[in-house]
Amino acid sequence: MTRGFKIPKRVTTEIDFEGEVIKIDAEVPEQEPEPIPEDKKLNIIGKKVPRINGEEIVTGKAKYAFDINLPGMLYGKVLRSPHPHANILNIDMSKAEKHPGVRAVINLNKKNVRYVGEEIAAVAAVNEEIAEEALDLIEVEYEKLPFVVNINRAMEPGAPRVSPDGNISKPRTRERGNIEDGFKEADVVLERTYKTQVEVHNCAEVHGSVAKWDGEKVTVWDTTQATHGVRRSLAKTLQLPESNVRVINHYMGGGFGSKLGLNVHTVAAVNLSKIAGAPVKIMLTRKEESYCVGNRPGTIQTLKGGAKKDGTITAFHYKSHNNGGVGSGGSNASPIWDMYQCPNCLIEESSVYTNTDASRPMRAPGYPQGTFSVDLFLDELAENLGMDPLELRRKNYTTKNRGGTGTPYSSKGLDKCYELGAQRIGWNRRNKKPGEGKGPIKRGIGMASEIWGGSGGPGTQLDFRLITDGVVEIRCGTQDIGTGTYTIIAQVAAEELGIDIKDIKVMIGDSDYPRSGSSGGSNTAASVCPAIRAAAADIKGKLFAIAGPLLGENPEELDVGESKIFVRNNKSKSISFKEACKQITEGMLTSNETRGPNPKGYAFSTFGAHFSEVEVNTLTGKVKVIRHVAAHESGRSINILTSENQIQGGTVQGLSYAFFEQRIMDEQTGKMINSNYYDYKTPTAMDTPQIEPIIIDSVDPVLNNLGMKGLGEPPRIPSHAAMANAIYNAIGVWIRELPITPDKVLAALEERKEG
Amino acid sequence: MPKKRDKKIDKKHQLSRRSFLKGVGSGAVTAAVIPSSIAAIKAKETISFQETGVEKEVVNLIINGRTYNVEVEAREILADTLRKRLNLTGTKIICGQGACGACTVLVDGIPIYSCITLTMDVNNRDITTIEGLASDGKLHPVQEAFIEKDGMQCGFCTSGQIMSAVALLKNNPNPALEEVKLGMSGNLCRCGAYPKIFESVLAAAEKGRR
Repeated sequence: MTRGFKIPKRVTTEIDFEGEVIKIDAEVPEQEPEPIPEDKKLNIIGKKVPRINGEEIVTGKAKYAFDINLPGMLYGKVLRSPHPHANILNIDMSKAEKHPGVRAVINLNKKNVRYVGEEIAAVAAVNEEIAEEALDLIEVEYEKLPFVVNINRAMEPGAPRVSPDGNISKPRTRERGNIEDGFKEADVVLERTYKTQVEVHNCAEVHGSVAKWDGEKVTVWDTTQATHGVRRSLAKTLQLPESNVRVINHYMGGGFGSKLGLNVHTVAAVNLSKIAGAPVKIMLTRKEESYCVGNRPGTIQTLKGGAKKDGTITAFHYKSHNNGGVGSGGSNASPIWDMYQCPNCLIEESSVYTNTDASRPMRAPGYPQGTFSVDLFLDELAENLGMDPLELRRKNYTTKNRGGTGTPYSSKGLDKCYELGAQRIGWNRRNKKPGEGKGPIKRGIGMASEIWGGSGGPGTQLDFRLITDGVVEIRCGTQDIGTGTYTIIAQVAAEELGIDIKDIKVMIGDSDYPRSGSSGGSNTAASVCPAIRAAAADIKGKLFAIAGPLLGENPEELDVGESKIFVRNNKSKSISFKEACKQITEGMLTSNETRGPNPKGYAFSTFGAHFSEVEVNTLTGKVKVIRHVAAHESGRSINILTSENQIQGGTVQGLSYAFFEQRIMDEQTGKMINSNYYDYKTPTAMDTPQIEPIIIDSVDPVLNNLGMKGLGEPPRIPSHAAMANAIYNAIGVWIRELPITPDKVLAALEERKEG
Repeated sequence: MPKKRDKKIDKKHQLSRRSFLKGVGSGAVTAAVIPSSIAAIKAKETISFQETGVEKEVVNLIINGRTYNVEVEAREILADTLRKRLNLTGTKIICGQGACGACTVLVDGIPIYSCITLTMDVNNRDITTIEGLASDGKLHPVQEAFIEKDGMQCGFCTSGQIMSAVALLKNNPNPALEEVKLGMSGNLCRCGAYPKIFESVLAAAEKGRR
């Protein structure tokens, strides 16, 4: 302080982000508000609060990038490779340039393309039709090369090479203990192979960007989960000063992980706009959305595991090959590595490269795949041990990560999820002998467990203002990707200040606002909300400094509630919140206060358990989910309404993964053949069962000042595995490959009959 | 290959293109190249939907109780007319093939997919879009219910869901859950918010009974 300024504290925090550990280096405050006690009666937090921006959505006023219409705006289109693998020998764009209505054409200078849909050039024209025509006029001379799109074929010796280093990456391994010793200790050892399909995000709002230059500055309306992230990447890519780039994203029509990074079409829109001297809008087509902007890798997983007679798991050996397309296949192993007690574990995971679009994170990347193997495996192990599947999970319960060998969890409510979920579904109604039901239509009940990160972390900056009319304005560069971020921010501010949520104005989704992180890894809520609370508490102190003298009391003795500021020990002595705000002589009180780091010495995870009841028609092979119970522990829930919605929506997507979705590639042409909403199946209203969310009432004791964790991805993790286990309970036959379509059910039944 | 189009318009495009190339050549990129004069819209909500130059006809659209005389192309779909010519962007397009229902609007009270409806085919018909549901600043009961029950996540399919729900409840003010599911089955929701959408529709029915 002697030099007239202070050096703030900075802390590096490690958090799980989409299944990877990332480091956040951020300035943190010296102190922050005390955690809210678990038993404190709250008025707005933890209630069913409708979205504060609901009216904008239901009236159609909400503006997505898709809706941006600017005067003089041009429409851009991207020329994409029709071939799965080719060298580009020559590109002639002259005809396209001369085409009437075309305003700009850019060549991306690709020498080689490795999947159908890879970007080659882009055009901007006065309307979409002319832009399409211009694409047809770009003449590209290709030298077609051998290709492979199927994961099995890509692994065969002599398969066409996708990557110069071969099609199978060196395995990424993780190991603890000694699996050989573990298997020796075991009374039962099983080895099973599980397969999952490639799933595409297929966001409702296609990816797209609108770019508009204003002198040296460019504004981009982007469909993104990373308002500040895209700004930074775009500036870096185009070598622009970051301060000259603005990204706006007030509404976004679903991302599910595919909208976390900077896209080629965004850069193209910015470049085309610069050349044409007019705003350019590029929205992908539904086809492009299907095969150009990411997918969840398909997998071939083999899990070998051993257990003692009493159910104690002694070893896991997990091997996986993940279809990464021309990118990484990612990792599925965390549910195997962390979930159940297991001292000896070896993980070996390889990416398999194919001539398909690179994978991207997709809602809980890797975890639904890994959970499908380990949770089906546990059920089969339980049957071999003569144990109840739930009992086997309880037997191998652990309060430390790394299968009981690592760091203690800050909180873990999985036991409660088991208890309440089992109770709700009526676990004891399940078939004692799988397939024992009479008649052709058989019912069964199954379950699966969930683990995920979602701790959130420091690094959210914000601009918190309290105006003389008693209205709060919060500006923060986070974004609402459909989970309800606008609303939870307002809830936390309103709770802390004891005022009506209607008086909180939330402005997010704009890189002109202070920086916050990307919406991935279920980290947004637990990163942003504690920061909002810290700033609200700071503002409260500042207002008490004004209200104290007005009440003739020490500001330290004041408290808020019911839109009043009152003396803690004498509630009748009060002043209305709005009245106090009128006395803000500066016109407003402001705060940039933020939250601190996550504490050291703990592992932070979210937990859940899903229970499903299904009906299998053994004559048609069709499976109907009758009822699904989804119990989740994610610390304190800020908004029960949107939390339930996340849980139910994640379950519907799991149902979709279990029975409907799969990308189908034509091996002759290397093209995706179901790149539209008719042929790429997702559930309709008619397929949706009764889904009962259970939100475990708990508060994390140490993680942050609200005791909260994330909930976006967890519900997507276990539902399909619970459904698959329920199918086994119904028919007594395992189906270890997704999606579980009627043909697979019938084939499995047939095989058993023959066997 | 490019379709044939009106020569006059072509000429304008040619001129524009030359000025564009000139601009690039001199290193000066300006906005002067945009032929805004060719935007031929009679409605006051003129925006930047520019023409392919194919033949157009004037249609009379009655949208949310207001009459618009709009010049549209024969191949033009209603969703584009609403979104691009009239800036009524509440109507969304997701699949573009009549598979998902995001573009649902009411024509003479009947829900249709505006992404597979030609604008010329709704000449003189009464069209209601999401922007026209609220009246006198008061939300439609279905809109209210979707807010109260959180019948949305990302919100992109919500306009279509609400329009279908309005039509459903008009035909069947007192639906059972299974009837709600059937009535809403033409509207996909990628976020999977179906359970809350069902609750919303049932709550709107309840409001109607009150």
